[in-house]
Amino acid sequence: MADFLMPSLGADMEAGTLVEWLVKPGDWVKRGDVVAVVETQKGAIEIESFQPGQVEKILIGLNSKVPVGTPLAQIKTEAEGKAAVATSPPAPPPYPVTPAVPPAMVVPAPVPRPPPVAAAAASPAARRLAQERGIDLSMIRGTGPGGAITYADVEQRLGVAVAAPPSVPMEKKRAIGLDLDAMRLAIAAAMARSKREIPHYYLEHRIDVSASEQWLTQRNETRPPERRLLMAALTIKAVALAVHRFPAFNGFYRDNKFESSKAVHVGTAIAIRGGGLAAPALHDADQLPLDELMSRMRDLIQRTRAGRIRGSEISDSTITVSSLGERGVEALYGVIYPPQVAIVGFGKTVTRPWVIDGAIGPRPVLTVTLSADHRVSDGHTGALFLAEIGKLLMEPDNL
Amino acid sequence: MSAIDIRKVIQEELNNIAPEADIASVDPVADLREAIDIDSMDFLNFVIAIHHRLGVDIPEIDYPKLVTLDGAFAYINAKLQAQQ
Repeated sequence: MADFLMPSLGADMEAGTLVEWLVKPGDWVKRGDVVAVVETQKGAIEIESFQPGQVEKILIGLNSKVPVGTPLAQIKTEAEGKAAVATSPPAPPPYPVTPAVPPAMVVPAPVPRPPPVAAAAASPAARRLAQERGIDLSMIRGTGPGGAITYADVEQRLGVAVAAPPSVPMEKKRAIGLDLDAMRLAIAAAMARSKREIPHYYLEHRIDVSASEQWLTQRNETRPPERRLLMAALTIKAVALAVHRFPAFNGFYRDNKFESSKAVHVGTAIAIRGGGLAAPALHDADQLPLDELMSRMRDLIQRTRAGRIRGSEISDSTITVSSLGERGVEALYGVIYPPQVAIVGFGKTVTRPWVIDGAIGPRPVLTVTLSADHRVSDGHTGALFLAEIGKLLMEPDNL
Repeated sequence: MSAIDIRKVIQEELNNIAPEADIASVDPVADLREAIDIDSMDFLNFVIAIHHRLGVDIPEIDYPKLVTLDGAFAYINAKLQAQQ
């Protein structure tokens, strides 16, 4: 018997609220199946099973907020269960691009603040209603036994709330599952920890990307729009390949030591409309052909902006890439997302005078930067790492 | 397809990308990338949507012609006329 636990989706997460079960007792799950949806500061996160087997028992009901590590369900492993099939099926890929059945959209009303752990006593129905409507239970006076909050108490409070000025229309249109205020708190916690604990050093390198641009133009010329590639696919792939030679930038710093990661899961910084940021993982980016990487990236950006990130995408990133794209400034220096040890930044490409074979000519120039953890690596290695990224982008055929 | 219909499709697709933006009130000659904050992935999604809905293929080289509402309308309208 294995316990399916409330996962830690980032160092700053202490607890999560279970908002949807996608399995029931008796269901068989494979490794990588989405089994539940948890509401965190980062929004609604789909949680995958790391254990194949049969769901034995659901331990935590809907809308319960529980600390990280709490058993949520019991899963009978395949060996224990009277497996219906004698031969075990081949292991599924751990990260399916799209689940066979897209899980239903979760509709958690964004809760302004998680209620304190020692919350007022309230009936389950009252709790559910309060949760649905985003009402803080501690704001309600209970009239039930022992001062417990009843359904009617919440309803009454709702009456008051309805009379309050309506929320900004913009709020209504925002993707469900995204609470930008909570996201801002999560960013603040992670970034404050990063700046407190990680001795960053910074490097910058300018790359002539005419070869990459020409390669992209040629490639995209004959393709329908949905098969076109963006520069970001090339830059992410270049970083993912470069860490093969420079493992000191790919992995986690935990318990006072660095463990480099064999897998390369590139955290991809994605701006959320209205002012948020998330950096979910593009799994095994080093192994993906560019077309596949591009379609995964499109899917990831779409889901992130719709508030549907998967748990593994939150916690697996081994290095982060942040690209400002075609607008904005020429260089950005990222803040490392702990427990990672490096973040690579790409500014916008600008046309600049460049010396080629002794003559000056206009070239598209892209500035790539590195913020890295001095506990793990030094500027010398960092410089070679950036040079390697530059070299890869000058030979796009090898990406 | 009428001019009004084309403008409506453009507006709907931009709204899918920027749900909070009031496209109708955007200056028709303003750069959309700044006016409604769209990035290269958003723009690609817009091009894909126009291709699907109107059958108008917009090659990459023409992207700069579509960065304003008026520009996008003129471009798509001309392409549709040419197809008839």
